[in-house]
Amino acid sequence: MKIKGKVFKYGDNVDTDVIIPARYLNTSSEKELAAHCMEDIDPSFLNEVERGDIIVAGDNFGCGSSREHAPMAIKASGVALVIANSFARIFYRNSINIGLPISECPAAVVAIKKGDIVSCDLASGVITDETTGESFRAEPFPPFIQEIVADGGLIAHLARVKK
Amino acid sequence: MGMTMSQKILAAHAGLNEVKAGQLINAKIDLALANDITGPVAIKEFERAGASQVFDKSKVVLVMDHFAPNKDIKSAEQCSICRKFAADKGILNFFDVGNMGIEHALLPEKGLVGAGCLVIGADSHTCTYGALGAFSTGVGSTDMCAAMMSGEAWFKAPAALKFVLTGKPAKYICGKDIILHIIGLIGVDGALYKSMEFFGDGVKYLNIDDRFTICNMAIEAGAKNGIFPVDDVTREYLKGRYKGEIIEYAADPDAVYEKVYEIDLSNLKPTVSFPHLPENARTEWGSIGIDQVVIGSCTNGHISDLRMAAEVLRGRKVAKGVRAIIIPATNQIYLQALKEGLIEQFIEAGAVVSTPTCGPCLGGYMGILAGGERCVSTTNRNFVGRMGHTSSEVYLASPYVAAASAVTGRLASPWEVLG
Repeated sequence: MKIKGKVFKYGDNVDTDVIIPARYLNTSSEKELAAHCMEDIDPSFLNEVERGDIIVAGDNFGCGSSREHAPMAIKASGVALVIANSFARIFYRNSINIGLPISECPAAVVAIKKGDIVSCDLASGVITDETTGESFRAEPFPPFIQEIVADGGLIAHLARVKK
Repeated sequence: MGMTMSQKILAAHAGLNEVKAGQLINAKIDLALANDITGPVAIKEFERAGASQVFDKSKVVLVMDHFAPNKDIKSAEQCSICRKFAADKGILNFFDVGNMGIEHALLPEKGLVGAGCLVIGADSHTCTYGALGAFSTGVGSTDMCAAMMSGEAWFKAPAALKFVLTGKPAKYICGKDIILHIIGLIGVDGALYKSMEFFGDGVKYLNIDDRFTICNMAIEAGAKNGIFPVDDVTREYLKGRYKGEIIEYAADPDAVYEKVYEIDLSNLKPTVSFPHLPENARTEWGSIGIDQVVIGSCTNGHISDLRMAAEVLRGRKVAKGVRAIIIPATNQIYLQALKEGLIEQFIEAGAVVSTPTCGPCLGGYMGILAGGERCVSTTNRNFVGRMGHTSSEVYLASPYVAAASAVTGRLASPWEVLG
């Protein structure tokens, strides 16, 4: 799976309350959740985000609540990949389970800047900053996790495999 | 090689003699929990997967607590989805208004979790039950869905950090001060993916509610779980509540811990986590005026917590301009507080007392903050916008500190009021 888009850049400990504030958790509609994604940390995000864009952040991305609504909102907003130094463990697991590609790559996080155009090949783990020409290598997921992500999440994956 | 207490529980539930840190295992679970926010997403997935029945009607728990009694039409619809699902699948442990409470106070109270259990829950504070010597951890809705279908979940056996608690805490120091101190020490990702295991002769000074509070906030250090050894305090609590078999696991003497921290409880002071991360723990502060106090939540809504608050508020008045909101975590706790006269003392002091709900802790309802307002809260998170407007501020503290702040109108140590 290949991804290419422009970068939104954030710092450490981006928590699930700023990704999708709990005041909007009275729905599980992906579309409604996406309409408020990141609004408490970056009010311009929703105006600027386009399908295929990439979030780049520091340590412990997605810390806090277990709400699967957080990766759901990011994915439904059009973001195709989140690159971070590290992810909070429940967010990490939830992202795979709903089919939101994520990648841990501290070298890329240091170098990539807001607004850069970045591409990523999930199979090889190679991340390229097209704006600067620099390339980075993240540890790719094992093939079975890549399949879950490509199928759009664990439940969709199980349904496909069963057929 | 020796195993940690957490690894032993995981190994036993995976049918293995041994697990090592990093090993991927599939384990049978004793209980799977969801609430009115995470439940509907799990139910949607359950239906999408074409599943017909849950794996065990007595082992799936649904608690309507976050936005219940419902705050608006949308949250009412979410509860309605859960209610219909519970009726349709014959789920025995469905808790709605009238018999519900905040899930992590409710499940132990109802005797649904015992020592040695393996519990997953679609709520990050599921780690609370480590206080009872159980392995319990938070997951998302899809994992909850898979567990409802299969009764199993996969885990990566965690590495562990050891916390040796020594000494006796001073007066007015409780579980909340201990865990805020620890998070301040190791940071919000200091235990990422790991177990936090508690040991030492200081453990005997901690009542079960202190232990619930400490394990509850293990997630705020990024941990997979927090866990206490089983002792007479645990056994006494479980007696007459938990009907299942109690299995007391203990870490092997040669268990591997990545790091060992020694915490002398007798040195701890009232500790407050400043905005906007739980790791911003401080024991000294200047004059910080406040607008609201919240005492409650899965972290500090237990009877011990209400007794601490009452010790401060009894015969005193909430300062002018401060709203003090007290939320017993379950109906049983509410009733107990009523019998002990605490509710009357709260109301006479000028506080309000609410039916059990997660409500304001996550900025849902029942005490949302306006721009620029400050709240001293016994809850668990103080992220930007957690309890309301993005420019509001949350100071995490113990019930003693919160109640003392309510009386003085500024962030205060219990010593300032109680002497």
